[in-house]
Amino acid sequence: MTRQLSKTPAPAQPPHFDVHRIREDFPILHNKVHNKTLVYLDNAATTQKPNLVINALRRYYGSENANIHRGVYLLSQLATDLYEQARRKVQRFINAAESREIIFTRGTTEAINLVASSYGRTNFKPGDQIILTGMEHLSNIVPWQIICQQTGAVLRVAPFDDNGELILDEYERLFTPRTRFVTAVHLSKSLGTINPVKRMIAIAHAHNVPVFIDGAQSIAHGPIDVQDIDADFYAFSGHKLYGPTGIGALYGKARFLEEMPPYQGGGDMIASVTFEKTEYNELPYKFEAGTPNIAGGIGLGAAIDYLTSVGLPNIVAHESRLLEYAHSRLSGIPGLRVVGTARQKGGVISFVLKGIHPHDIGTILDGDGIAVRTGHHCCQPVMDRFQIPATARASFALYNTIPEIDALADGILKVIGFLGS
Amino acid sequence: MSDLRELYQEMILDHCKRPRNFHNLPDANRAADGFNRLCGDKLRVFVKLDDGIIKDIAFEGDGCCISKASSSMMTEALKGKTLDEAHKLFQQFHEVLTGPPDETPDAPELGKLAVFAGVREFPVRVKCATLAWHTLEAALKDEQKPVTTE
Ligand SMILES: Cc1ncc(COP(=O)(O)O)c(C=O)c1O
Repeated sequence: MTRQLSKTPAPAQPPHFDVHRIREDFPILHNKVHNKTLVYLDNAATTQKPNLVINALRRYYGSENANIHRGVYLLSQLATDLYEQARRKVQRFINAAESREIIFTRGTTEAINLVASSYGRTNFKPGDQIILTGMEHLSNIVPWQIICQQTGAVLRVAPFDDNGELILDEYERLFTPRTRFVTAVHLSKSLGTINPVKRMIAIAHAHNVPVFIDGAQSIAHGPIDVQDIDADFYAFSGHKLYGPTGIGALYGKARFLEEMPPYQGGGDMIASVTFEKTEYNELPYKFEAGTPNIAGGIGLGAAIDYLTSVGLPNIVAHESRLLEYAHSRLSGIPGLRVVGTARQKGGVISFVLKGIHPHDIGTILDGDGIAVRTGHHCCQPVMDRFQIPATARASFALYNTIPEIDALADGILKVIGFLGS
Repeated sequence: MSDLRELYQEMILDHCKRPRNFHNLPDANRAADGFNRLCGDKLRVFVKLDDGIIKDIAFEGDGCCISKASSSMMTEALKGKTLDEAHKLFQQFHEVLTGPPDETPDAPELGKLAVFAGVREFPVRVKCATLAWHTLEAALKDEQKPVTTE
């Protein structure tokens, strides 16, 4: 019977990493849902927050709150310093050359809209081509479609194979003298595929084409060095990095950002204003109109401190161990098909069960306190490619454990027992 | 949460695994598509309407257990009913699904359809249970646009 699958040996825990100590840092993990201990496996949607982040937010609002970049009084200075410190933390975390290349946004979505709108509207002409991959999140499709409608540019889609791996040759073949831009996801939310972004960028640069990398899923799951991969733009969301919602960052090479017009108008983004003429502020403030999410920025800085203290290599080792174990346990379940089996994969496992709809899987697992995502994960084109309406998806974070994956596998067996014909 | 058996009642499981009237209806004179954006469910409801009476009704598509069972049981409940009766039944069905969780619904007219009362404990699943009915309403109005559960 399938039960014996639980005998799959669990690979050894990496040294210097104690998942039980990590779990102590996340208060929500000790909550009950439906009277069961929460098994949170929807980390691709958003991650839980450690005390370090929660306390940073509390401290900010409790004793540091003031508007930034304007007051001469001490509190405003303090808030400004903390916010700008957070910017430098982001800079170091992704190894950007300068902190003015880091623009705070609401998240990945706003960063993409910023680039599409500011860079795209200035540079795209009718008939120009923009390359993206077939596994993009909707937020890396729609903003480009909008700019295409406004400028007459067109999208070209690089396909992926049955394992969910980008077909690099086909990607390369898409380049023409009319190619103006490439935008690509680093780690796919629905398939888990890690794209070979360094090679993709090198190919684009050989054609003199700049590249945007959507790092929403990759940022918390492996070291990022934007200079090493030579990305022209890179963006991520704080909330997928154990930080607050409503804050994220856009990295852009200074030489692009300097040429680009502002995205929004307002306070902070101007050097001087008369009714005749406005001088825009310098980077990064040119792109940060209005009072920003100050607490969010500080919280994001705390999240980066947290990840740095745990150590990204430890996180990578732990999550690959979880993924490997999940693959071996789940793929042995009769009638279960894993969707997305790329050789380079992050901690995401999407699956379908024969004859059972993902929605029912989600509800039954929820009854056992297990939170997985069901649906198309904002990646309808990916679902269409595999001719499935939806999948169930478990995605892992640094606090997940081997017993939680056992709970998932047992839960799936329960679903089959309940709904299987 | 209440027991899963409240949601997945035996009768619901039976209709989900062996849906009735689950086919195309070549002589239908009304049809509409329904689409649940949240989960990607798609279905098509066919009606043969004759003199204000639902002479025949069937459906096709793919969906979760709740939406399949609801479609199946809807077709069974509505065969031979007048348009008026169908509307009333939908109203009652809807009330049972969205009523306060701790009140037992009292709707004898619903008959077997009352098994869906358990869905009220699972608010995210209400749309699954009503998709077929919304689609039917569109078919009866003969709207060309696919309905969604939004
Ligand atoms: C690959 C990818 N890109 C972009 C986004 C959008 O991120 P946000 O909603 O935080 O702006 C997501 C969120 O799920 C994502 O997974």
